[in-house]
Amino acid sequence: MEHSGKRFNTILFVFLLILFFLFLIPILLVLVNSFKGQLFISNAPFALPDATTFSGIDNYVNGVQKIDFFRAFGYSLFITVFSVAAIILFTSMTAWYITRVKSPVTSVLYYLFVFSMVVPFQMVMYTMVKVANVLRLDNPFGIIVIYLGFGAGLSVFMFSGFIKSVPVDIEESSVIDGCSPIQTFFLIVFPILRPTAITVAILNAMWVWNDFLLPYLVIGTKFRTIPIAIQYLQGGYGSRDMGALMAMLVLSIIPIIVFYLTCQKYIIKGVLAGAVKG
Amino acid sequence: MQKTLKKYFAVFALPTVIAFVIAFLVPFFMGVYLSFAKFTTVTNAKWVGTDNYVRAFSDSNFLNALGFTAKFTVVSVIAINVLAFLLALLLTRGIRGTNLFRTAFFMPNLIGGIVLGYIWQLLINGVLLNFGVDITFDASYGFWGLVVLMNWQMIGYMMIIYIAGIQNIPGDVIEAAQIDGATPRQTLLYVTIPLVMPSVTICTFLTLTNSFKLFDQNFALTGGAPARQSAMLALDIFNSFYGRMGYEGVGQAKAVVFFLLVAGIALVQLMLTRSREVEN
Repeated sequence: MEHSGKRFNTILFVFLLILFFLFLIPILLVLVNSFKGQLFISNAPFALPDATTFSGIDNYVNGVQKIDFFRAFGYSLFITVFSVAAIILFTSMTAWYITRVKSPVTSVLYYLFVFSMVVPFQMVMYTMVKVANVLRLDNPFGIIVIYLGFGAGLSVFMFSGFIKSVPVDIEESSVIDGCSPIQTFFLIVFPILRPTAITVAILNAMWVWNDFLLPYLVIGTKFRTIPIAIQYLQGGYGSRDMGALMAMLVLSIIPIIVFYLTCQKYIIKGVLAGAVKG
Repeated sequence: MQKTLKKYFAVFALPTVIAFVIAFLVPFFMGVYLSFAKFTTVTNAKWVGTDNYVRAFSDSNFLNALGFTAKFTVVSVIAINVLAFLLALLLTRGIRGTNLFRTAFFMPNLIGGIVLGYIWQLLINGVLLNFGVDITFDASYGFWGLVVLMNWQMIGYMMIIYIAGIQNIPGDVIEAAQIDGATPRQTLLYVTIPLVMPSVTICTFLTLTNSFKLFDQNFALTGGAPARQSAMLALDIFNSFYGRMGYEGVGQAKAVVFFLLVAGIALVQLMLTRSREVEN
């Protein structure tokens, strides 16, 4: 019995190994094709590069110039870092306030935040872009306000859920000891919220970094984040440069893989917590 | 403390509330209003009653997108959950390399929809090349391409949730079943599956809403080709706003219908999770 169980596990191991390679094929395929001349991609995507089709890093040089990749990377990084920072800071403060202060205003706010979680982007897409234009928020700084506002629902909800489970006594004694609410929040409450803050940060970072439609409509004509730059490469020209497209796909996946492999533990925890609560 | 804190509304709540009003509340209510109006920019809106809704439901693109989305959602929810659950079972047996497999299977989930769409466009067109066509040849190619893409993206994520669910089952429950003479199949059917039902609910709704609201992948993979037949609801709404002159109001009406459908799904989920909490 023990022996046959082991053998069964070996079969399963081989099966998983095959599945593992099948899972990686799409990415490997793009990687391989990114080193081929652009004429040899669409008509023979499964062929490995050879002496005639190998093009070295031409596609990378070409693609980086065409879509100004590093500028796009800069915009993506800037918008993601500052939007996530703003979301963490402001929604945790808001969540603490509306959980601790019981009034009609705070409970209406809470329900509005929860309500906003079920509203799909398309519902507010057109009007949000108009409002952003009128208020001059159509730049990489302004879009942070949009992300804070549109991302507030889930983040406030998650922070509130955690704060409800934290006993209020610690905070009260800190106020009695002479701390102002601001000191109490940053010295006592925020450190306790750290695990939730990491979860909220991971979920929002994944959203903002990969988001396409919102930045495309709000700032896309002037400031291209990575997804917008990729889309531009695809549709902007008469004939599409498959080589550059492959190379830019590879360059846009690399940061994600690096981020994933370094923060894997937090990411898995984050999406698990997000799934259960969202 | 409540009294002291109450005075600090401007510090703690106001920044978020202002951003929330700008990015959500105003656009939402404006959107509801504009769905009953004819307009090309927001300032020249004229009330037309339910005209936009009538036109939305007589728009063959919209009805087609509705059908496509519904079919796509059902197929991908079932496929993703079955496959993710099977993978989770395999990866909780203590097989060698479990961590490596888990890492790899989850990874596609982090890649953005636009990039995913182009990755799969290359692969699928490469396969279809042998038959002399590409993915835009027929809407059913786009449909199955999207199903495969969605599976590749979401299986790992759902697998993680199922693994957590399976690992939460107390070991002695499984042991007790085995001592009582349950076969592995019986253990799975009568012990494991009933005990991971909370995970099943979570995963079903996550895949349901994600599939239903899909945009980026659809936009990049086929862009709705051929002739908008493979466009899902979100893409059809986008097309109405930005691809057709004089359809802004209709687009907004479609968006409201879309919102009601998504909200309906969320409501059902809420009721299901609530009723289960009572049972526990």
